[in-house]
Amino acid sequence: MSFLAARRRHPAAIVLVLLLGLVVTGGLYTALAPKDAKAATATADDVKAGKDLFLANCASCHGTNANGTAAGPSLVGVGAAAVDFQVGTGRMPLTQPGVQAQRNKVTMDATETKQLAAYVASLGPGPAVPATEYTNGNGNIAKGGELFRVNCAMCHNFAGSGGALTRGKFAPSLRNIEGKHIYEAMLTGPQSMPVFNDTNLSPQDKNDVIAYLHNVDNEANAGGHNLGNLGPVSEGMFAWTIGIGLLIGAAVWLGRKAA
Amino acid sequence: MSEHDNLPERSSGSSPVDLSKGHVEGTGGLPARFENPGLPAHVHRHGDDDDAAARRSERQVAGLFVLSMLATVGFAVAYFAIDKNSTVTLPLVGVTNALHVALGVTLGLSLLGIGLGAVHWAKTLMSDEEIVEERHVLRSDDGARQGAIDVLTEGGESAQIRRRPLIVYTLGGALGLFAVPLGLQLVGSLGPLPKNDLSTTLWSTRIGQRDGKGGRKRKLMRDPEGTAIRLTDVTLGSVFHVLPEGINETEHPLNEKVKASVILVRLEESKIRSQRQRDWGIDGVVAYSKICTHVGCPVGLYEQQTHHLLCPCHQSTFDMTDDCKVIFGPAKRPLPQLKISVDTEGYLVADQGFAEPVGPSFWERG
Repeated sequence: MSFLAARRRHPAAIVLVLLLGLVVTGGLYTALAPKDAKAATATADDVKAGKDLFLANCASCHGTNANGTAAGPSLVGVGAAAVDFQVGTGRMPLTQPGVQAQRNKVTMDATETKQLAAYVASLGPGPAVPATEYTNGNGNIAKGGELFRVNCAMCHNFAGSGGALTRGKFAPSLRNIEGKHIYEAMLTGPQSMPVFNDTNLSPQDKNDVIAYLHNVDNEANAGGHNLGNLGPVSEGMFAWTIGIGLLIGAAVWLGRKAA
Repeated sequence: MSEHDNLPERSSGSSPVDLSKGHVEGTGGLPARFENPGLPAHVHRHGDDDDAAARRSERQVAGLFVLSMLATVGFAVAYFAIDKNSTVTLPLVGVTNALHVALGVTLGLSLLGIGLGAVHWAKTLMSDEEIVEERHVLRSDDGARQGAIDVLTEGGESAQIRRRPLIVYTLGGALGLFAVPLGLQLVGSLGPLPKNDLSTTLWSTRIGQRDGKGGRKRKLMRDPEGTAIRLTDVTLGSVFHVLPEGINETEHPLNEKVKASVILVRLEESKIRSQRQRDWGIDGVVAYSKICTHVGCPVGLYEQQTHHLLCPCHQSTFDMTDDCKVIFGPAKRPLPQLKISVDTEGYLVADQGFAEPVGPSFWERG
């Protein structure tokens, strides 16, 4: 201690103390600060391979520099999460233009998707592919249900069965969807869907929503057929056709004479 | 064809009946009255003539009743034997709660057995001979009618109704007034008048205000978490579902919620077409009432690319870039905008209540 005490008035001491303070603060901040839900980052090779994939599969609509054409939007700043969602669910590459890109057969494997995502992420800062700890669906099912009913149910239906929007667009069904893709859809707001960023629904909130949806997927019917969980439309249809049909059949049988 | 040659031309183009196929030429006149054809001849059933067939029917009816009994016993057994959380996989239906299925099926069979048995019994074994029941004259004879009148007149005379009108009038008044308490309860229980309750929302008042003075502006809070929203939280394309600060401390939070629900989005400021809309928001962040002006459903289907806000009940569509004007559907009025600003801590607050009543039309508003 006497060594330190003797040199405490040395001109370099203040610099050293400042440096120490900065390092400790920075170290503590990186250790304790709230983290975005991010997975491992990509290498320069991934970016290069991704660019080749992009030029071969995507450039005709999104432009050779990915800054958009009349046929497709700019991809600068959409982030790796958007690519992982669109390509990972087979919505992109789009085979033919339509009102809405629909879930389709996935044409790129996991490595190609990762490379393509790395290239698009390198174009500008955007949301990254989420870490598995927030997409595994080990969240609070009850809270997820509450969040889902306020933020999602008006379009996607209370049980995630999907629903109609304007002019042929629709909110797709959310049954049996991978947690990662549910998370990425909320984060990036694909097509008609608005964005639910991390300040609106935190990564934990998103995991709660995933937990709720996965619970709905595995939940047993309380009794009988759920008729697609569509509410009064399918139930009314059933009552008017099958139910009233049975009643008419019974009335005809009652009115007939026995032979 | 020669016998038809003298018939007049038919404009309709139909040909006359061919008499060679069993039709008889009529005389052109109607009979004075039609004979009552009577009931068709009674047709005997198998069981009426064949004893074996009757016994077979008997066994079938008894079998249906026994099925009902077995199903009822099955119901009782299932009620205790099956765990309420156990599931069973059924074709078409999928994974289903086993107890509910067992209870439903057994109860249905037990009722169906009784019903089918009773109907089968009535149709095959009970007598089905048609019987004509003759109607008699409904009018009483003159003696009985005069008797009834005499009794009434005599009663009135002995009660002195004609001689003492005071009693008649006061009785009429008492009975008439007796209707008032009954009606009063009905009208009185319709509740207090709404006053201006339909024209104001929780946003019209400030938090912590006393006698209409003081207090501070209400923050916009996330629904359902109840956390305040910073301007920087609302990124482009985001949508927030918003309730006013302090809604859970009100006397009837749900009554406040149905009026004060708000949807908050960020648009590109250059896309907003109304100057008023731009002024009442901040940097393209705008807040609108979420209560449809048609019949008050929550308008929550926001399409991020078209900036259309769609009501799930009757497909009223509002354009968020054009002051939420109606572009489709039965709604007649645009959604009211909530004027927002940022407080010193960076949170979004409501400057004032809605400038017009939210939700559907009502009597006083027209």
